[in-house]
Amino acid sequence: MIAIVDYGMGNLKSVHNAFKFIAPAIDSVVTSDPKVINNADRVVFPGQGAMPDCIREIEERNLKDAIIHAAQSKPFLGICIGLQLLFEKSDEGNIEGLKILKGNVCRFVSSKTEKIKIPHMGWNSVAHHGNHPLWANISNHEKFYFVHSYYVKEANSEIVQGQTEYGQKFTSAVAKDNLFACQFHPEKSGSAGLQLLKNFTSWTC
Amino acid sequence: MTLSKRIIPCLDVTDGRVVKGINFIDLQDAGDPVEIAKNYNEQGADEITFLDITASSDNRDLILDIIESVAKQIFIPLTVGGGVRSVNDVRRLLNAGADKVSINTSAILNPELVKESSARFGSQCIVVAIDAKRVDDHWEVFTHGGRNKTGLDALEWAKKMVDYGAGELLLTSMDRDGTKSGFDLELTQQISDAVEVPIIASGGVGNLKHLVDGVKLGKADAVLAASIFHFGEFSIKDAKEFMKNNNVEVRL
Repeated sequence: MIAIVDYGMGNLKSVHNAFKFIAPAIDSVVTSDPKVINNADRVVFPGQGAMPDCIREIEERNLKDAIIHAAQSKPFLGICIGLQLLFEKSDEGNIEGLKILKGNVCRFVSSKTEKIKIPHMGWNSVAHHGNHPLWANISNHEKFYFVHSYYVKEANSEIVQGQTEYGQKFTSAVAKDNLFACQFHPEKSGSAGLQLLKNFTSWTC
Repeated sequence: MTLSKRIIPCLDVTDGRVVKGINFIDLQDAGDPVEIAKNYNEQGADEITFLDITASSDNRDLILDIIESVAKQIFIPLTVGGGVRSVNDVRRLLNAGADKVSINTSAILNPELVKESSARFGSQCIVVAIDAKRVDDHWEVFTHGGRNKTGLDALEWAKKMVDYGAGELLLTSMDRDGTKSGFDLELTQQISDAVEVPIIASGGVGNLKHLVDGVKLGKADAVLAASIFHFGEFSIKDAKEFMKNNNVEVRL
């Protein structure tokens, strides 16, 4: 069973729809029950909105321990804010994350020479770093759909699985042991995104 | 490699049916929003926008059913606009599977709606649609298809809406809409330069060069078009190939 963690932030239906579409035989549930998360075979940690609100909602729902446990013990997929929350600290509201991974989250800024639009919104290419099983059947530099104003900075190079260029190069996917997390939205990235979710459903780590 | 410019087809929906774009070939049911959205997705659309132009309040909820069905089968961003009046309207559309909700007239009548919706659901899902028309040496915001003047300066209004939490602006030139003479590039470029968020240019597309001009000269981040795609004149793929050949980064 795949548990999609619901902490009241944004629409999780598209993630759920995508799993039902690519893997109709696999049971997937949207849940805010720590017990269901603990019992799931795989856990998806999506998210949108502002990070301080996310942390507050996670704490209010007593989900922190279940999320940290899942991120260290079974196939775990973080999406967008679900990636950012895994790190130590975010400039957004100057808040501490779940500290599962080392690194910080900061806001995009335009440089003197190049104005960039914020949020970074739309389709951008992801350069693979290594051959992670979740990249199976996905071309290097494939485009995925992004929408975010903050990004992960100073991640350890050994966890970086994907990089994207927006004003500068930034980390758009990370992996460590049983955990994979991406800044883009696979559930909104057409066939490439669905392939990544499909790879996740069969990932043995 | 960098961020692609987006091409967004727009579907006008009333009473649960698509009213423009009925000239598609190979569709079993030409007015079915799900079929049309699928077709656009296959052509490589980067997003799809649904504009609900339903007049009677009885049939307004039909858009929710449409979004639900589309979101089960198509996995690219979906934007819905038309008749969004309250935070609850925004919530219902997002819950049905919309990724972004576009607010137009209600933002003018009640700017707090933009503030409240973006605070509650995040700026990333709030698009403010601005219908602008040139008046003397500047542009003003109009409502009701360009008939009603608001007295608001479009540039100032754009900045205010971004301050209120709009994550994106959908900018339509009412002078150009329906003329097929191209975007109002000056308007698009001025607003794009004035705000930090992405701009979708709309109104006036008659050929593929207009799309290139919209991003190169108008500095738009995305281009929205209805009729050139609906009537089979050009496919999304034609548009993207043309843009690529003119050195515009697109997703092919």
